[in-house]
Parts: sequence; structure tokens; C-alpha cells
Amino acid sequence: MIELRDVSKQFVLHNQGSAVIPVLQGAALQVSHGECVALTGNSGAGKSTLMRMVYGNYLADAGAIVVDGVDLVTAAPRDILALRRQSLGYVSQFLRVVPRVPTLEVVAEPLLMLRVERAAAMARAEQLLGLLNIPERLWSLSPTTFSGGEQQRVNIARGFAYSYPALLLDEPTASLDPVNRAVVLSLIEEAKARGAAILGIFHDAEARARVCDRSIDVSDFTPKAA
Amino acid sequence: MKDMTQDTDVLLSVRGLSKFYGARIGCTEVSFDLFPGEVMGIVGESGSGKSTLLNCMAGHLAPDCGEVLFAGRDGDLQDTLKMSEPERRMLGRTDWAFVHQHARDGLRMNVSAGGNVGERLMAVGARHYGAIREGAVDWLGRVEIAEDRIDDRPTAFSGGMQQRLQIARNLITGPRLVFMDEPTGGLDVSVQARLLDLLRGLVREMGLSAVIVTHDLAVVRLLADRLMVMKDGLVVESGLTDQVLDDPQHGYTQLLVSSVLQV
Amino acid sequence: MTDYNFAYLDEQTKRMIRRAILKGLAVPGYQVPFASREMPMPYGWGTGGVQLSAAVMTPDDTFKVIDQGSDDTTNAVSIRRFFERTAGVAVTEETQEATVIQTRHRIPETPLEAGQILVYQVPIPEPLRFLEPSEVETRKMHSLEEYGLMHVKLYEDISQHGAIATAYAYPVMVRDRYVMDPSPIPKFDNPKLHSPAIQLFGAGREQRIYAVPPFTKVVSLDFEDYPFEASKAEGACALCGADNSYLDEVIMDDAGHRMFVCSDSDFCTTRRARGHVGTEGVPS
Repeated sequence: MIELRDVSKQFVLHNQGSAVIPVLQGAALQVSHGECVALTGNSGAGKSTLMRMVYGNYLADAGAIVVDGVDLVTAAPRDILALRRQSLGYVSQFLRVVPRVPTLEVVAEPLLMLRVERAAAMARAEQLLGLLNIPERLWSLSPTTFSGGEQQRVNIARGFAYSYPALLLDEPTASLDPVNRAVVLSLIEEAKARGAAILGIFHDAEARARVCDRSIDVSDFTPKAA
Repeated sequence: MKDMTQDTDVLLSVRGLSKFYGARIGCTEVSFDLFPGEVMGIVGESGSGKSTLLNCMAGHLAPDCGEVLFAGRDGDLQDTLKMSEPERRMLGRTDWAFVHQHARDGLRMNVSAGGNVGERLMAVGARHYGAIREGAVDWLGRVEIAEDRIDDRPTAFSGGMQQRLQIARNLITGPRLVFMDEPTGGLDVSVQARLLDLLRGLVREMGLSAVIVTHDLAVVRLLADRLMVMKDGLVVESGLTDQVLDDPQHGYTQLLVSSVLQV
Repeated sequence: MTDYNFAYLDEQTKRMIRRAILKGLAVPGYQVPFASREMPMPYGWGTGGVQLSAAVMTPDDTFKVIDQGSDDTTNAVSIRRFFERTAGVAVTEETQEATVIQTRHRIPETPLEAGQILVYQVPIPEPLRFLEPSEVETRKMHSLEEYGLMHVKLYEDISQHGAIATAYAYPVMVRDRYVMDPSPIPKFDNPKLHSPAIQLFGAGREQRIYAVPPFTKVVSLDFEDYPFEASKAEGACALCGADNSYLDEVIMDDAGHRMFVCSDSDFCTTRRARGHVGTEGVPS
């Protein structure tokens, strides 16, 4: 479902003396249906960069990143957008929303974008928000004013609203209390059970041990200093 | 992957568009395709040529060379630059809309809000007062202007309301392509947020295609699917909006992105 | 006769104006630019109408001038005398007698006939002017038949007054093509624009001539749910008793007494001569 072949990436900082920072080289991995794979490695090894590349948020310099048959390295923007709508979910660490949009809408949006009937989308959003213990009185408010933990849970609810066949998780259990952490882990297990291919970053070793089938050490892709 | 290619028909295709002001470059060799439902942002600093480009596309300025192909309702691409003036003006009040930065450029300031919103309907032949007024009320509601302001003139409105009125006036005939020139420019930040949210909702709901020129990166982050970065009349970088903003490749884009103050 | 050329204007000028008239007749409702001359009267006193009258007048014509329907106001008397002196034509106050009638703000009540020419004095020929200040833009709107704006004006009327409040200079569509300002005649007169007579419109200061040939279709603009109405003041003429003519309200004394009388003085006089008497009238 997710496949990387010989992917490399470097940052060129044009405004800082054209400094070249190589990040990844020869990265390759595969995630199959129903599988959860963890990216590991030290801070700065390029876990987040790799994840963002799989989402199309960062450009790859070479190689192929194929998700559900679409190569993100060569795909047109609208094909990447269509992929994100229909196949590829991403739970980032930060919630980015338009001010004024109520929490319920934020969570239901991925479903609404796919033209799911409004009532059904809202019902799903309510179910997830309830599951993640977001008090009902907050549902009609914009999440911009929520606490960090609440925002993170809204973000997770949004990421799981639609059953994406491929899912990227960036620290999904960070800053969560044990109860909510357990809810998130079971959501991940459910997604696996329905056949989703999941690629994630988990600093929480216990969580990783529970949901991940295997790990890939990103430091293996760190370019060797010439 | 399923139905990925459902909307493969191009709506707008710009090819090799260039405009010179004497020896000075307005914009050069701009080419891109816009698909139905897509929103494209054009960013760059003042004088980068983004407004020149927008005005050339919208037919307000005559470019020196290039083509602006638009898919009519029959699906055929037609070069709008070669259209006769009546055809182009008809396009301007049916399938196209243009939202000006300054609302007073896009509104009739001595005509009531209802008259402003109803004008496009009357321009395409609506002759039933009750129906026109009903349409105006509906659209004022959609841009969050109270119904009891329908007979007030825009001069009595705040800047944000004027801008929302301009949007209602433009969208009432259900255009398929909207050009926007700094739609949030000159508005208070809180007013901007409301306008952006509104625009975003309308774009989604109506499946609008839009080209938005702005120097505000937050605006394109929220509204645009794709981004073109312009400098000195040239497109220096283009791509998926979040990709261009988060992983800029060109030195100028890197400068632009890193120059935004963090709040 | 005097030292003036017949009807004051020189023959070259008349030819220039006649060409504009012919063009106007050929394209009904279209505003034809012309090189308006200085006339021995100020702008706003009918310089456009006078030039048209001078250009169409022949020595055999019988000339009539009305101002707001009346033959005996200063303006009407001056223009009538002007042509008496410079053209030596016969003049009349009777609508039926006249072959050329110059008018300001009215169409005579007595139906016009084939062979008559009605010349209108026009202050502002452009019906779109009050909504669109740019002449370049209004000309483009005419050429492309973009007349939505005209309905915006009527829309504004209804939204502000509950009805189309435009009572004079009510815009019309001429032969399904050009929107035209019929000059500031009351909208009561609009139905009479469909006429066997030739109607010529002259704006001296604005240098425009336009025309409506005989029997041309002229439709007053309106909305389906707010149709055009040729309204007038309720009541009958206090002098001749007519209840179907356009009425002027006249204040009679300092106590505020008022009465309605026919605006068309010839129409009223003729009726009274035939024995019609209103509430305040004296049998003649």
C-alpha cells in the first residue's frame, strides 16, 4: 500500500550561503494492508521528514514514493490532493484549522469532502469526540482555544473520521493521559483490523510495542558523510 | 486508486502569457492549468507581476502574447483573448467573477445592497422583482449580512461587510471561475478570519474554481490547493500549497516563508 | 424677412444636422453625436430642439412651441417668435394645425398624425448616466445591449418607495434594441411615444440627436410583478372638466387653495370652446 524506493532528500538553504543539508539517501520501505510500521531513530534522523514526504508535504529529490498506486514524487498537485482525500490520512502533532469553524465540523470535514451525507458525517464526528472524551459543550466551539491535549485529541478524531486505507501517524499518543492513550491505541488497532496500512512515529515505546508489527530505523538512510 | 481522474477536463489553461510595460516586465511566459474545483494562489511581493497576471487572465489588461483558454459549458476550450468583446463581457457576468481588493471598485456605492447583489441577475435577464429580491436576501444571508440591511447603501457598511457584499454580488449567478485580487487586503485581522472562513465554505460548497492573488501566505494556506510564487514577473516556484510553504525550493520562496512573523 | 438665413442656421449646418437626423431615424433610439452650434439663447433653454426645428423647417410649415404643455410660457413664446422672425413661418397654438411642434416636457394630448414632426428638447440624453458616470462605458453598454443597470434603477425605486417612483424621463426600449430617455416627459405620456408622427430628440449641450420614426415599437421598462403604469394625478381639470388629460396642480392663493388644470393649454382651450366646463370654469 505504501512503498518507498531509493528515496533521497536534501535541504538547500539559499539564504544561508546555499548550505546543503543532506537528510536521507536510499530510503526504501514497504507497508502492507493491515500492517503498522514504526519509524525509529534519534531525533534529527529524518523520521518526520520521511513522513512528510510520504504525505507529499515535502518534496523528494529522487526515488519513488508510491501510495495506493500514486507516485507522490511525480504526481500533479491535484492527484496528491485526491489521494489525500480518498486514501491517505495524516495525524500530525499540531492542529491547523480555520478560526471560527466548530470542532464538530473540523472532525467531520474529511467525510464531508468525500460527499458523505451530512447527518452520517456528524454522527461519526460525535462518536469519535465522545470516545476521545472531549466534553460535549465544546463541540460547537472552535478548537483554536482548546488546551494542547484537547487539540491533539480533536486532531486524532479528525484523522480517524474517515477509514483511510493508508494512514500516517506522527506521535499520536504524545501528551495524552492514560485513558485517552488507550482509546487512541484501540483506534489504531481497529484501523489495522480493517486493513489500513499505517506508518507511524511513536516515541512511546510501550505503545509502539503494542500496535506496531515492525520498526524501521531511519538512521539507516542517513547519508554517509562524504 | 478509484475515480482519481474524474475531473480531468481543464477549466482554465494559461499558456505563455506575457505582458510588458515598455521595457519593463509585467509578467513573462506564465503557463498553468486549472481544473474544476481547484483554488490556485499566486503570491509574491508588490511589483512581482501577480496583479498584472491576474488582470491579463481576467481580460482587464491585454497581454502581449500568450493564450487564456477557458472551457465553456459545452466543454470546448476557447481563447478568451481572441473572443469578441461582447462574448468576453458576457463571460464576465455569467461564468466568471472578479473580486477586487477594494470593495468600492467592485460595488456600486450609490446603489443599495440588494441592488448590488441583484444586478448580475438583471444583467442576465431576470425581470421579476420579487424573485430578484429573494435571491438577494438569500445571498446576503450566505455572506452573513442581516436581511434588514438590504436597502442600505454600501457606504453605510464596514470594510468587511463591503467585501462580503462584493462576494455575494459576484457569486449570485453561480460563476465557475472567480478571480480574487487581495480579497482580504486592508481588513482587520479578525475581519479577515471571518472572510476567509466564509470564502472557504463557499468554495467548497459551490465547487468553485478560483485564482487568488495575495501577498498573505496565511490566506493561501487556508484557501489554495496550489500555489505559484512570482518574482520579477517570473513564476519561480509552483506546487501543492503546503509543500511550497513547508519545503520551499527556490531561494526567494524560502526568504518569503521565513520572513513571516510567527505569532 | 431679415438678414438671417432662413431659420437662422446656415445651410451647411442644417445639412450636418439633417444627416444626423437621418441616421437617428435609421437606427431608432441610438444617440447620434452632432456638432451642436452656439445659439442665441443659453443652454438649457432648448438649443438642441431649436437646431432640430431649424433643420427640418420649410417655409410652408406651421410651427407650434409648447413648454410643459403650455404655449404661453416665456420659453415657448421666445422660441415661437424666434422662428417667426428668422424663418417667417406661420405659427399656431393648435396641435392639429401644426406641422412642426417643438416641445419641452410634454407630448400634446391631441393625438398626432402622420406628416407632423414632434421635436423634443432634451437636457440629458443618456438614460444610463445617473448610474454609470463614464460616457465610454455607457456607449459600450448601448453597443453591447447591456441594460441590466437600467433595471437596477427601477429595482432601487421599488425597494425604496414600494413602486416604480420614476414619474418622468421614464426609460423606454425602442424597437427591441436601444434603451432611450424620452426626455423629461411625464410617464403618462410614454404610451404616446408609439405615434404616426416623426419624433426627434435634440440635446444641444450634450451634442446628441436621436429619433423615433413613425409607428416604431416603444416599450416602457418594467418588472413582471411591477408593470408599467401611465399614471397621472387623480381628478379632472377644474377648467374644462377633462379627466383623461395630464394635470398640473396650481396654487390659487396664500391660503393654500389649489386646483388641477390641464397641462396642455391648447387641449384645455379647445375643450372649453366646445362647451366643456369644469368645477371652477366659466362657460365661454
